[in-house]
Parts: sequence; structure tokens; C-alpha cells
Amino acid sequence: MSALAASQPYANRPYADHKVEPYIESVVRAFVIATIFWGVAAFAAGVYIALQLAFPVLNLGLEWTTFGRLRPLHTSAAIFAFGGNALLGSSIYIVQRTCRARLFGGEPVGWFLFFGYQLFIVLAATGYLFGITQSKEYAEPEWYVDLWLTLVWVVYLVAYTGTLLRREEPHIYVANWFYLSFIITVAMLHIVNNLAIPVSLVGTKSYSLFAGVQDALTQWWYGHNAVGFFLTAGFLGMMYYFIPKQAERPIYSYRLSIVHFWSLIFLYIWAGPHHLHYTALPDWASTLGMVFSVMLWMPSWGGMINGLMTLSGAWDKLRTDPALRFSVTAVAFYGMSTFEGPVMSIRQVNALSHYTDWTIGHVHSGALGWNAFITFGMLYYIVPVLWNRQRLYSIKLVSVHFWVATIGILLYITAMWVSGIMQGLMWRAYDHLGFLQYSFIETVEAMHPFYVIRALGGVLFLTGALIMVYNLWRTARGDLRNEDSLPTLARPQPAV
Amino acid sequence: MAKLPNTSNDDTVGTTGHEWDGIRELNNPLPKWWLYVFYACIVFAVVWSVLYPSVPGLRSYFGGTLGYSQRDEVAANLQQAADSQAVYRTKIRETSVEQVKADSDLYQFSVSGGRVLFAENCAGCHQSGGIGTRGYPSLADDDWLWGGSLADIERTIRFGVRGAHDETRQSQMPRFLADGILPQKDIETVADYVVAVSESKPVNPHAATLYKDNCAVCHGDNAKGNRELGAPNLTDKIWLYGGDRNTLIRTIAQSRNGVMPSWTGRLDDATIKMLAVYVHSLGGGE
Repeated sequence: MSALAASQPYANRPYADHKVEPYIESVVRAFVIATIFWGVAAFAAGVYIALQLAFPVLNLGLEWTTFGRLRPLHTSAAIFAFGGNALLGSSIYIVQRTCRARLFGGEPVGWFLFFGYQLFIVLAATGYLFGITQSKEYAEPEWYVDLWLTLVWVVYLVAYTGTLLRREEPHIYVANWFYLSFIITVAMLHIVNNLAIPVSLVGTKSYSLFAGVQDALTQWWYGHNAVGFFLTAGFLGMMYYFIPKQAERPIYSYRLSIVHFWSLIFLYIWAGPHHLHYTALPDWASTLGMVFSVMLWMPSWGGMINGLMTLSGAWDKLRTDPALRFSVTAVAFYGMSTFEGPVMSIRQVNALSHYTDWTIGHVHSGALGWNAFITFGMLYYIVPVLWNRQRLYSIKLVSVHFWVATIGILLYITAMWVSGIMQGLMWRAYDHLGFLQYSFIETVEAMHPFYVIRALGGVLFLTGALIMVYNLWRTARGDLRNEDSLPTLARPQPAV
Repeated sequence: MAKLPNTSNDDTVGTTGHEWDGIRELNNPLPKWWLYVFYACIVFAVVWSVLYPSVPGLRSYFGGTLGYSQRDEVAANLQQAADSQAVYRTKIRETSVEQVKADSDLYQFSVSGGRVLFAENCAGCHQSGGIGTRGYPSLADDDWLWGGSLADIERTIRFGVRGAHDETRQSQMPRFLADGILPQKDIETVADYVVAVSESKPVNPHAATLYKDNCAVCHGDNAKGNRELGAPNLTDKIWLYGGDRNTLIRTIAQSRNGVMPSWTGRLDDATIKMLAVYVHSLGGGE
């Protein structure tokens, strides 16, 4: 691998005159490949379990293929395997370039992070299939996997901070603030929520240090901030680098980036209790979770404003660069779901939305619209750079991917809105004599058509991703599709 | 964001002077609307925290000026629901199930409530609308194992079938093969006999003798069953487990002995009566 890295010219390094060691890109390339691989795996698993909900016979009557085991496989593959590899890879890419410094620890640390993280994914995934779980949502892996991830994550923190400390730029770029807050907070969340005592050192089972409502609150402090710091802060770091690079425009407002960064990370950490409205959680904690969520609205939107306004003066690029279209649409979906979130956190709204498909729709407008789209934009930008190609194999295919995936998302979230709100209304419907109008099974029957539409949306999204895989594969090979009719979109290579 | 700002304001606001990998930052101020909405959200949060329980203390917490409590709210909701039904439920408790059916108000109340109660408690086995499935009898036809009068149905719900209650409906078909009562060959002969009877076809005399000696005591000489014993009618082509030869052989050889739980103690008296009236109304009530 190092031979491969050595063969890469650093032509696109903007400070060629400056005496710095070459950036480590072999590891980033590996992370990019892993991102794509796990992305397709996560989308395929999602499509399959969506079909299981519509057609339960697809559970196959085998314990390993039931919805209960495949569902955490899907969520972990999407968040930690697809999202995690995208974050680790892009952060290593960005921190080196914006600090003009080589990754602290060099290639050995980089490769340890790569293989260590893949091992975590494989250990977690095999555990799910065999029914090894601590039953905490998004924190299902048992103690032995948690310990391994902790080690990998501490090395990540050291490598990242070390790189920042040896930077040759006077200031730390905003993308790195977000990445660093993501790394530190995820470490804290992961360690606290997974505090557990193993039954035996040779067994997989452990018991949590927390019990009852304390356990629930710790879990949703973790769960909500996994969204806040993994899926929001980390991906905002990605956005803050790739949108200005793709648009070739300065960031809209430095001041906004400071204010929304600090308000976001201060407010997010308190919002978890909104997952536990109308439970055994005390009223006061429920209220605080709600009001902090409402206050989060504008800090979240600060990132959207900075992303969209950075395009001012470059809106025309949206017509010609479908990769940028992914990034910008991602920011729009981000804005939509960070508005929807505070609305759903309001107790009275939550009374209708909680435990319904509305939540699933909300999560996927964030996961598909924001996280996946910003990652696609990143991949379309980064692959030609990392493999040192003139441009993508096909711009047209990027456009096809964009429309197929966007229609997929719209089918998905509209189906879940309708089904979720209908489900919530059916649950609370009473007749004039004070009896419930519907039984649970009647609500399930009513949701069936929407489950089918949702699965169709997932199929479209997966299809788009496969188009991307083909396009990126041809790009890495160095193929160029003849697309003369399109305006020239060659990625400008900085002069050496 | 309704109005996009002048596209090239770089010169007017300038940049911070920093640059990373070619990325610069403009010096734009915070958007006014953003700042004011942020302030408004903070004000909302403060006001809400004053109105509702919010700040924890060492021994208690600030309960909010509205005196709101989720626990009180749900208690009030449940009380309100109970109050609105109290008149009907009290009357149902105090009267017999036949009289409930005769009173049009109580009957209507029982049937609409029974529908939901049935869906929540019974449909898991007897299916939506009581149409039944393999092993769980249909309650919507006029073929009854233990009787289809209001009183019969009420008793079945109350005490169950082969359940844990002392007064549960009890009967047990022998396991003719497993208990060594009949050899496999005879069981097949009896199965053939049952198929023939159910299809009104001629039967062979040897088979008839086997049936008479082993089965007629419960299922009757004419195979029309006996509700006192929960013995099904074998001539009506309605089968709980299936009427084909192989299934019948399995039933005779190993028996079935399905169980329905006793609902006494799980559901209150009025609820059980409402369910009886509802099930009776499904189409097969006698």
C-alpha cells in the first residue's frame, strides 16, 4: 500500500512549495472504498427489512434473518459502518490539508484506525446475527466490542489532536472544530452508556451499570447525541470543507460558524429526554429535554445557512455540477429535519408522533437526505482527487443517481409521514361511547400500502447507490465517458 | 433567506484573512432573522420552563406555575373515560347477560365496546371479527363446541376451556395410538369412516363398529357431537384442525386438547358480559 501511496504525485496539494511531508492518502482511499461498500450493504439491508415489514414471510422463519436481528444490522451498518467510515476517511483527508500537516502517527496509525474500525464493524454485525446484544438502541454491541471500539477511538482522538497540534496554519479551520467535537463527545457517550459488568470474561453477556429510568435516560442521552455529534457535528465538518471546495467560494460567515458551533454543542447534549416523553421519566426532565430541543433549532440552521449562502455567487454551478447538487440538497434536507426534530420534541406533538412511523420518516429524511447525500457529494469530489483522475467517469450518471435517489427519499418520507400520522390518529381514536376505535392489528393492516411504498423508495435509493458504485469504479480505473455535449466539468487542478 | 444577497459581497464585507487549503471565510454578520428567531426560541424555553415542571432541586423540583403533572393528566383522562361509561358498566354488572341483550342501550354499548375488547384480548387467537383459524374455532358461524347461547358463551369466556380455573370446561379426547387403545391400522379405518360420514358416503360395517365402540360415547352414534363434552360435530364439514384423512389420523392418534384461558380475574365482570354479547352477535348466537 505504501508503494501505491508513493506512486501518487501530490499535484493537487496547493502548497507544493512548502516543505511538508506528503499527506497520507492511501488510508483515505481505503476508507472511501469501505464507505461505499458498507453504504451499499446498509441500503440493501434496509430494503430487505422494509420488505419484511410489508411481507412478513421474508423473515424466513430463521432466527438469524428475523426483523429483530436484521434491524440493528441495518441501523449500525448505516450509521457506524457507512457514516463512520465516511467520517473517519474525510476527517483524515481534511485535517491534513487544512493543517498542512501529515497525520500524527503516520501510516501505521492510519492503517490501525482503518483495520481496527472494520474489525469493530464485523464484530458488531456478527454479534447481531447470533443474537448477542445489550438491547440498547444504536449501542447494541456487547462489552468486548465496546472495549475494542474504545481503543480504536482513543487512537483516533490522539491522531487527530496530534495532527492539529503540528499544524502549519495559524488557526484551526471550522471543519476541524466540528470533527473534534464529534470525536470527543462520541468517546464520552460511548464510554458512559456502555458501562457494564461482563458476566464472565469468556462470555458475551454483560449487565449495564444503570437500571430502570436512569438506564433509559442514559441510553437516550447517548442515542440523541449519537444523532447530534455523529450524524450532525461530524457531517457538518464534512460540509464545511467540501461545499466551499465544490462551489469554489468562501464560507459565508465566520461569525455565524463560531456562534452556531458553540450554541449547537452546548444545547444538543441536553436534548435527549425528549425521547422519553410520557414515560416514567420525571416531568421536569421531560420539560428540559423539550425546551433545549426547541432552542436547538437556530443553532442547527446556522450550518444550513452557512452551507447554502456559501453558494451565493455560484448558484449557476448547481446546473452544471450534479455532485454539488448532492451536497446542497443534503443541506436542504438537513434544514428540514432539524426543523422537524424540535417540532416533534414538543410534548403535545410527541403525544401523536411517538412510537409511530413518523419517527422513522424523520430519521430517514436525516439519514438519507442529509448524511448519505453529503457523503455522496464528498465521494464524487474526493475519488477523482484521491485516484488522481482528471474528472469523474460520467457526470451524466451522477445526475441520474441524484434524481433516482431523490425520488426514492421523497417516496420514503412521504409514505412514513402519512402512515405515521395515520397510525398515531388511529391509536388515539375513540368512539362516542369512550371505546377505542381501532385495535392494534387494524392499524398494522392500514399501514401495509405505505410499507410497500417505503420499500419502493428504498429500492430506488439503493439503485442510485449502485449507479454511483459503477461510476466511481470506472473513475478510479481512469476511464472517461465521452460526454462532449456537457459543459466542461474537469476538476481544476491547482498548478504545481 | 427569501432574498438572496448580492452575489459578490466579498469586497464589501471582506474576509477574515485566514485561508486553509484554498478555503477563505467571509466576514458577514449573523443574519438578523436567524438571531431574532434564536432569541425567540430562548424566550419560549424560559416561559415554558416557568409554566411547567422544570428545574430539579435536591429533594423535589420546581413544579411550574400551571401545576401540571403527566401522572395527574393520565389519571384524569382515565377517570373521565371510566365516568363516561360508569352508568352502563354498573348496569351490566348488576344484570344477567340475557337482560343486557334485551336492553337496547346496554346491547349497543356492549357490542361497540365488545368489538374493541375482542380485538385487544381475543383476536390474537380467534382472529379479527372472530373468523377463527386452524386450532382456534370460528365464533362467527353456528357451529359451537361448547354451546352458542349467551350463557354458554359467557361461561366459556369466564372459565376457559381446559384452563386453570376450577370450573373450566373440561374434556379430553384420548390419544388412541399413543395410549395404545387402537393400532395404527384401526385408526386409519376410523379416519376413513369419519371422512365417509362427513361426505355422506357409504361406510364399511367394520369401521362402523370401531367407531361405535371407541368414538360414539362422545361424538354420538350419528357423529353429530355433544356440546356437554365439547365433542365436535363430525358431519358438518367444519373442522378445527382439518378434515382430510392424514389430519384426522393425526388427531385420533395423538389427540389435540386445545386450551382457552380463563378470563376471570383478567377481565372484570362487565367486560366478560360485554364480550359474550359481542360474540353472540357475530352471527352464530343461539
